[in-house]
Amino acid sequence: MGKIVAKPEVCIGCHLCQIWCAVAHSRSRDVLKAFFYEDPPPPRIVVEERLPLTFAFPCRHCAEPDCVFACISGALHKDPQSGHVLHDESRCVGCYSCVMACPYGAIVIDSENRKVVKCDLCEGLDLPMCVARCPNQALAYLAEDGA
Amino acid sequence: MVRRFDYVIVGGSAGAVGCIEALRAVDREKTIALIGEEGDRIYSRALIPYYLGGRIHGDKMLYRPPDFCKQMGVTPWPGRRAVGLDPVRKTVVLDGGEELQYGKLLLATGGRPIVPPVPGLDKKNVFTFVSMADALALAETLPTARAAVVLGGGVIGLMAAETLKNRGLAVTVVELAPRVLAPVVDETASAMVEELFRAKGVPVHTGTTIAQVLGHERAEAVVLTSGETVSCDLVVVAAGVVPRVELAKAAGIAVNRGILVNEKMETSAPDVYACGDCAEGYDFVIEGNRPLPLWPNAYVGGRVAGFNMAGVPREYRWATSMNAMHFFDLYIINAGLNVTRDTADGFETVSRYDREARAYRKFALRDGRLVGFVLVGRVARAGILLRLMREKVDVSSFKHELLDEHFGYASMPESLRWELLAQDVRLGVV
Ligand SMILES: Cc1cc2nc3c(=O)[nH]c(=O)nc-3n(C[C@H](O)[C@H](O)[C@H](O)COP(=O)(O)OP(=O)(O)OC[C@H]3O[C@@H](n4cnc5c(N)ncnc54)[C@H](O)[C@@H]3O)c2cc1C
Repeated sequence: MGKIVAKPEVCIGCHLCQIWCAVAHSRSRDVLKAFFYEDPPPPRIVVEERLPLTFAFPCRHCAEPDCVFACISGALHKDPQSGHVLHDESRCVGCYSCVMACPYGAIVIDSENRKVVKCDLCEGLDLPMCVARCPNQALAYLAEDGA
Repeated sequence: MVRRFDYVIVGGSAGAVGCIEALRAVDREKTIALIGEEGDRIYSRALIPYYLGGRIHGDKMLYRPPDFCKQMGVTPWPGRRAVGLDPVRKTVVLDGGEELQYGKLLLATGGRPIVPPVPGLDKKNVFTFVSMADALALAETLPTARAAVVLGGGVIGLMAAETLKNRGLAVTVVELAPRVLAPVVDETASAMVEELFRAKGVPVHTGTTIAQVLGHERAEAVVLTSGETVSCDLVVVAAGVVPRVELAKAAGIAVNRGILVNEKMETSAPDVYACGDCAEGYDFVIEGNRPLPLWPNAYVGGRVAGFNMAGVPREYRWATSMNAMHFFDLYIINAGLNVTRDTADGFETVSRYDREARAYRKFALRDGRLVGFVLVGRVARAGILLRLMREKVDVSSFKHELLDEHFGYASMPESLRWELLAQDVRLGVV
């Protein structure tokens, strides 16, 4: 099971992880098109800030995911093969039980659509976009837990 | 003929699914029987308001795929009711007379809606709000109804009221307590919700209840104990649920309000487990047992029971009251103890109320530990607060930070922050 870890000491708070997360989950997946012509979706990664401290905060795809256990609609599930905690937005009703349950505050509210969005580790890409685009390598992807 | 199964589950909702998914995480060979009187298409009753409100349709009511039982290798007994339990012979009797023998048994029988003994509440157009059958019956009635009375100003009653209002009905809420949501939030939060409903054109009558229902076959009006009469085309009764304990009780299993279980979800009878709305398990905040009729509690209770049934020891030590709710555009999340003006003795509270922004945050501390909170308005990242509560973190040094709506790990003292995030960050890289 893969997960992303943050390196707070080298995070410069540029928020590019958020920009590229939005791009990765936009219709066109193109940074210019997404921000000029589309309504870019909310980024699924949180940046915590208390300057000078900043660090990006992604979902850790818990082994025992409280968000999945709290989900009243079945929209959240843990893929038994990949171990990724995935979210079927078409089934989300916006009750925010997962927001109540996630110990990391890693489920993001999309208030416009009254839904949540969450990290899917950019399924289909070699590397999650936030990790690939971080200019300071303040995010790292661990293919296996604890590796 | 007696059929034998390694595991028998009575239920067929959140608790049952939590159990089955845990059992199958351990092995795929053991036999599982599922007795669910509502059928084997497992739906979420918590979605009823969204279904009636038109946000979701048909199959989206399903909590798991329609072939869940098949996928999981579970033998369903759809539409059947368990009517007897013999914990000595380890058998369950079904309404058709069949007997199933179990290795381990889970009772996940949920709750039964309370209908107060008021004359006339048995009329045709009086509905409860807890089952697919209720939802379908209401869906049929709504298009021709113009006015509704909702009995009960709790979470479910208010969700029902909002749904009916959004469907174009004139809705009146009747609540016996002096304020809505009294068991779950404090006076300030209740007032915010009442104000919202009134602003949306939904009168809320508190401190009163239905004395009598007028009409012949159908309810045409209700008379309140306060003397007022409210006419209506339908009544929704949302006065809470009581644990369904009859099977356990008749079998001599220890029952308080719900079926008593320990942290392993074991009842007083060997090899019999219980979880969810029918049970009364450990609440880490009150450090004792109480019913917690909540979806996450049912699922996790079932999961913990499942692991124990399969011989993998687990304990459920992090349950407490918690609600994520919303009414119109107002979001509320609360957890732990509901410390109100009347119950504030012995607690330290910190709160911030911004009337203009319709935002409220309140935290109750005991010995420096967080034991309860309510967030109204902005609820983002509430789970971090729940975690602080569960891990019994001393928050006294940063209690005022909690009032910041952007509270997060960055708001905590450094040593605590990195301790809590030890698995998630890499330090010492420079
Ligand atoms: C309208 C509504 C909205 C809700 N919203 C929320 C919410 O937002 N968040 C939240 O946390 N909770 C919510 N809840 C509560 C939540 O739905 C329950 O806590 C949860 O369903 C409990 O699951 P359970 O498995 O214990 O039992 P239940 O869901 O009650 O299921 C028990 C099942 O067992 C069956 N059964 C019982 N006895 C027998 C028998 N002898 N033989 C065969 N079958 C039997 C019943 O018919 C039923 O199908 C809501 C409830 C309602 C009604």
